Amino acid sequence: MIRFENVSKVYARGARPALDEVSVDVERGEFVFLVGASGSGKSTFLRLVLREERPTGGRVYVAGRDLTRLSGWKVPSLRRGIGMVFQDFRLLPNKNVYENVAFALQVIGRPRHTISTTVPEVLEWVGLDGKEKRRPHELSGGEQQRVAIARAFVNRPQILLADEPTGNLDPTTSLGIMRLLDRINSTGTTVVMATHDDEIVNEMRRRVVELSTGSVVRDEADAQYGRREDILPLVGPAPVLDAPGRGVPRRGATPRIVVQPEPGDVAAEEAAEAAVEQGAFEHDGSQKAPPEDGTGEPDTSELPSRRSRRAMSGAGTGHEEA
Amino acid sequence: MRLQFILVEVLQGLRRNATMVISVILVTFVSLTFVGAAALLQAQVTKLKGDWYDLVEVSVFLCPEGSTEPTCAEGEATEEQIATIERAIDTELGDVVATTYFESKAEAFEAFEARYPDGYQGTQLTEDDMQASYRLQLADPEQYQVVDEVLSGRDGVEVIEDQRAAFEPLFLALNRASLVAVGLAAVMLLAAALLITTTIRLSAVSRRRETGIMRLVGASNLFVQLPFMLEGAIAALVGAVLAVGGLWLAVQYLVVDWLAQSVDWVNYVTTADVLAIAPLLLGVAVALAVVSSVVTLHRYTRV
Repeated sequence: MIRFENVSKVYARGARPALDEVSVDVERGEFVFLVGASGSGKSTFLRLVLREERPTGGRVYVAGRDLTRLSGWKVPSLRRGIGMVFQDFRLLPNKNVYENVAFALQVIGRPRHTISTTVPEVLEWVGLDGKEKRRPHELSGGEQQRVAIARAFVNRPQILLADEPTGNLDPTTSLGIMRLLDRINSTGTTVVMATHDDEIVNEMRRRVVELSTGSVVRDEADAQYGRREDILPLVGPAPVLDAPGRGVPRRGATPRIVVQPEPGDVAAEEAAEAAVEQGAFEHDGSQKAPPEDGTGEPDTSELPSRRSRRAMSGAGTGHEEA
Repeated sequence: MRLQFILVEVLQGLRRNATMVISVILVTFVSLTFVGAAALLQAQVTKLKGDWYDLVEVSVFLCPEGSTEPTCAEGEATEEQIATIERAIDTELGDVVATTYFESKAEAFEAFEARYPDGYQGTQLTEDDMQASYRLQLADPEQYQVVDEVLSGRDGVEVIEDQRAAFEPLFLALNRASLVAVGLAAVMLLAAALLITTTIRLSAVSRRRETGIMRLVGASNLFVQLPFMLEGAIAALVGAVLAVGGLWLAVQYLVVDWLAQSVDWVNYVTTADVLAIAPLLLGVAVALAVVSSVVTLHRYTRV
């Protein structure tokens, strides 16, 4: 689905390459974590997949297309098959939830009746049913990220890229977002997520690609985040400045920062779970998911295993309790 | 759907940048008014030439008594000289001259008396003070030079006069006025182009979030850029419409209702001429907007 062959990217002449001879192959339907310190090249990796940047060396293949040779006017059609989620949500503040999601379909010229049926479905699916008229500033961070994910997923992309989607969220809310991404992955969508969140990586147990100063230093299936101080050497174990409980052994007497998730986020996750139980969006979505990657390989529609679901559903609860 | 969406975007953009849009409208209005004024002046010149050149003649004055011209050394033009001149007109200028009319001294005196019954500036002239002449109406008034070449220097011809020369100062003035208008228009059009560029840039920057999302979800280049282009084009078109309206009013009230009433022997431009140059003005406006926006958008909203 995504293949990097000896990809290098140098932004400024003479500068250290942001990516240096990186070769990664992501299969259809995989869930990949991209980890590494800031400046290790995670964002550059995602930008290359979106063809916001062109590599200075090597080849990038996405959905069967050679992006190094893709002409500019074909870029929009490439991006219609890729959803993208950011740490800062990037919602349009003057549009409400419904309009934000509908915007993604309007600007690629989808007919009105398609929009008016698809958008409520995907909103229900991410657990935002009944909040269509809210503006982004009236939503909690988790809800805003759900809107962003709905916008990225409403066109049923084959690939979903996420750049630290939980970076602005508390652990419980992050967990809800991860469940959502996991559900998206289980519909057959390839998910690549750049993250610093070791807890999530360790709990999900998916493939981990670790970048360090532009090179792949680790690529393991079912992997852990690794030792935090190795990946983020400048931060190290700093329990006070860091998010509560991350990467430090528990000591009962240590004062903890208590982070309560906003009630809206919990409610949204419950609503999403319920919607999925009823098969909203997923049902007709899987019919619509088009195998238009040009590779000609048959769409097996094989759902990835849900081994992490059980692990996740109970996880994280320990952190809110002091 | 798409059209409606784009129109809504355009309206929002126009509202958001209202002051800039208004300045674009005003600058295009003024510059296109100058363009239109130049065009109307040229139309007026053409009209006057068409009317007046049909009336003008070339006068070939024959030698009177006591002329100091070398061709008049023999005194008053003789019958023989007149016959030679007439033959030259018939044979050598057959293509150029449409009609020939010989005005004798007696006829010239009659015409003089009719015009000045009380004598010219207090002096009562006689038939002998008059001068015989050939009045030539040319098929094409611009071919005065040919007549001049053939006839001047012949014995018995004192001087050749082109009545057209009387209009030249007027046409010169009109042409210079239209040159001034074109020059001002060029400066104003440059200002308009720069303003449109700035407006579009401002609009693009203020809508960076939207265009960023649009590019991210795979909107086509045209779809992203069209609202900006339309914004510039609409502002420029409104300016052009105002210019046409302004010129129409000016022609209606200054020329048709006033000048044409007081000086009624001249054929003036009419509001129909304004409508005739309207497509030109609208075309200039659209071209201006398209060129400025293509240049700007290429730099600011590329995928």
